[in-house]
Amino acid sequence: MFSQLYRFLPKDSVLLSDEAVRPYECDGLSAYTQRPGAVVLPNTLEEVRKVLQFCHRRKIPVVARGAGTSLSGGALPHKEGILLSLAKFNRILKIDPISRTAQVEPGVRNLAISQAAAPFGLYYAPDPSSQIACTIGGNVAENAGGVHCLKYGLTVHNILELKVFTIDGEWLTIGSQALDSPGYDLLALMTGSEGLLGIIMEVTVKLLPKPEQVQVLLAAFDDITKAGTAVADIIAAGIIPAGLEMMDNAALRAAEEFVKVGYPVEAQAILLCEIDGNTEAVNKQVAQVTTLLEHAGAQEIRLAENEQQRLQFWAGRKSAFPAVGRLSPDYYCMDGTIPRKHLATVLERISELSKTYGLRVANVFHAGDGNLHPLILFDANQPGELQRAEEFGGKILELCVEVGGTITGEHGVGMEKLNQMCVQFNAAELTQFHAVKTAFDPDRLLNPEKAIPTLHRCAEFGAMHVHHGQLRFPELERF
Amino acid sequence: MTSDITLTLQETIQHAAATRTSLKIVGGNTKAFYGRLIQGQILNVADHRGVINYEPSELVITARAGTPLQDISETLATHGQCLPFEPPYFGTAATLGGTIACGFSGPSRPYLGAARDFVLGVKCINGKGEILRFGGQVMKNVAGYDISRLMVGALGTLGVLLEISCKVLPRPAEETTLVLPATLTPAIQQMMYWGNQTVPLTASCYDGDKLLLRLSGTSIQSAVQKIPGDVWPAGDSFWEELREHRLPFFTRGSLPLWRLSVPPMIPRLKLPGNPIVEWGGALRWLRSELPADTIRTAVTEVGGHATLFRGGNRRGDVFQPLPAPLLKLHRRLKEQFDPHGILNPQKLTDQI
Repeated sequence: MFSQLYRFLPKDSVLLSDEAVRPYECDGLSAYTQRPGAVVLPNTLEEVRKVLQFCHRRKIPVVARGAGTSLSGGALPHKEGILLSLAKFNRILKIDPISRTAQVEPGVRNLAISQAAAPFGLYYAPDPSSQIACTIGGNVAENAGGVHCLKYGLTVHNILELKVFTIDGEWLTIGSQALDSPGYDLLALMTGSEGLLGIIMEVTVKLLPKPEQVQVLLAAFDDITKAGTAVADIIAAGIIPAGLEMMDNAALRAAEEFVKVGYPVEAQAILLCEIDGNTEAVNKQVAQVTTLLEHAGAQEIRLAENEQQRLQFWAGRKSAFPAVGRLSPDYYCMDGTIPRKHLATVLERISELSKTYGLRVANVFHAGDGNLHPLILFDANQPGELQRAEEFGGKILELCVEVGGTITGEHGVGMEKLNQMCVQFNAAELTQFHAVKTAFDPDRLLNPEKAIPTLHRCAEFGAMHVHHGQLRFPELERF
Repeated sequence: MTSDITLTLQETIQHAAATRTSLKIVGGNTKAFYGRLIQGQILNVADHRGVINYEPSELVITARAGTPLQDISETLATHGQCLPFEPPYFGTAATLGGTIACGFSGPSRPYLGAARDFVLGVKCINGKGEILRFGGQVMKNVAGYDISRLMVGALGTLGVLLEISCKVLPRPAEETTLVLPATLTPAIQQMMYWGNQTVPLTASCYDGDKLLLRLSGTSIQSAVQKIPGDVWPAGDSFWEELREHRLPFFTRGSLPLWRLSVPPMIPRLKLPGNPIVEWGGALRWLRSELPADTIRTAVTEVGGHATLFRGGNRRGDVFQPLPAPLLKLHRRLKEQFDPHGILNPQKLTDQI
């Protein structure tokens, strides 16, 4: 059946053999693998439209893929489906320094936008750790964040317009080149919809003027609770740092061994606090933050003396994931968000769970916006360890929900967190999500079986995990 | 003053769904002028009020939809914080729910963000009478579709808002308004220019004979010096009068008021009349009795859209008609949230 794709696609745009499709079998979450029925790499919008119409007619699942850096299995292929690679749509169509916008194709890398805007003194604010590789199409699909979200927002706050194909090949313009558009806010609905509602073919992003001055403070604490207090104090003082990051001892040691930037390895936690803006404002706030850090009990406070040192301070944080990866054959990255005030409790509980499951954990934390990334260390070659890591991870996410947070701050639900969606949402809410999907894609062909669990899946999961002694989804039969 | 009438609201909606009764959702009734004129049994949300949770260091406030906007503002001010999108009230009885349902934002919108940018989560009742929660009280949350933001500006047609969680920010320590002489096109160019600089611009307006720019933040004096304008002592009251549509431009005469949302760098539109320009050029207010089609053609040509904000024929298309594929999608979404079409029917279009 897939050989019919050759009727409207060039030969080298269709991959069918097991060998050829193999590189696409997983994304950034390599614990899940699945080879697709076919991979297509269209060159033109018309080819994409034909692929979608082909799939729509024959009821074939379609999974869109950019750079494949998803950490939740968002781009995991479907066995009977087509994997739609948008890699060839990698052109920056326009940078407009006057209106401070960039129009780009979905396969353009996040960092490439800022690089193209740099000659105009502009940049694109959201900066996920994978920004050298991840594409803007994927950023929109996942509502990607980064280390500067508290001040500059997520993807949803930094885009103006999308051009989208629906599953039946209809071309939609969502949002506009103005600041709003008539009707419902479909721009918000599409952002973070994980490829379930449409295929993003063009994105207009907002660009920001580069700040006049940027300063970074590094503070070391002998107690992670003190670091948490410092974060609350900074924000309560009316300061919104451009970045406010925390690493625990395990994470900062790993980073230090990896990139040798001079992190204080005896500290139980470090905070990185970046302040940007006008020179005077930055100087004033750096002084304020320094005092607050001292009061909170920081043992050591360093101010990056120059741009090189500033980048070094960040280099450790930005390489935290690969650095932790060196400590252990495998690691599993979690992505819960919590109200910041519960940080100490949550870290304590994670530490207890770590003992229960016999797996080490390192914590990196977007402290400013409460987004926690515990990295669970394990060895997939040891029987049962992957399963233990997944269970441990699931417990962490349920803990996040318990304290009023969420199971995913920026990585998305994908394949990975379907069970935890059953903890965060009730049956009526999940049904409403499915209803939204129905409005866009009634046959459920776009990225099927991801992001929103079926009620039956939740019933099965609920049978294993009875939450606070209450059986969830009591209306469903169990099996 | 707090009161929780969730169950009453739910019962009323369930009953309305069963009997196919149209409901007209009312909070403080300050924005009844907006959207299409509709009929229906009044569903009063104003009695569902009270701040539920506010912790200044978390930068989040959660309140019931009927909570007066004034109460929210005062509560936040106690801790030196504010709703950064500067929502217009259009009357002292304005509620948080009405503000979010209308999706209104004030002068700071292009610089700090819109109402939808600050909504973190909602609790609502859909047209089937089900109580649903989406989003939450944390800054970053990508679990499930972003239905919270979908509700912003939906005018209650997808659900009745019960509770809303908003991100809040510190109020700026300093604020200065500068005035520069200008005519329309150079004023727009100046807005664009200063928007591209590293000055902490938080509002801009061409009011018909001068350009006003507002700077806000910490230690802003050196930035103020960069702009060749005079300090405008009545700055604070100007932005409030603008936001609340109390300037003579808005109050004089009876011509319909049009809201034109356009790409900011567009110079003068091909329409007669002297508009007020704000949002760095992206928002233009026009008093005009020209036919809707004439206005919409001029605005669509440049990539914008036009809303009949106040006055005029409120039984016609007050919002820019949607292209067919988008309209189809809107209808399907409406069906999925409100299958019996009982929530503010025809508020948005003659079908939704």
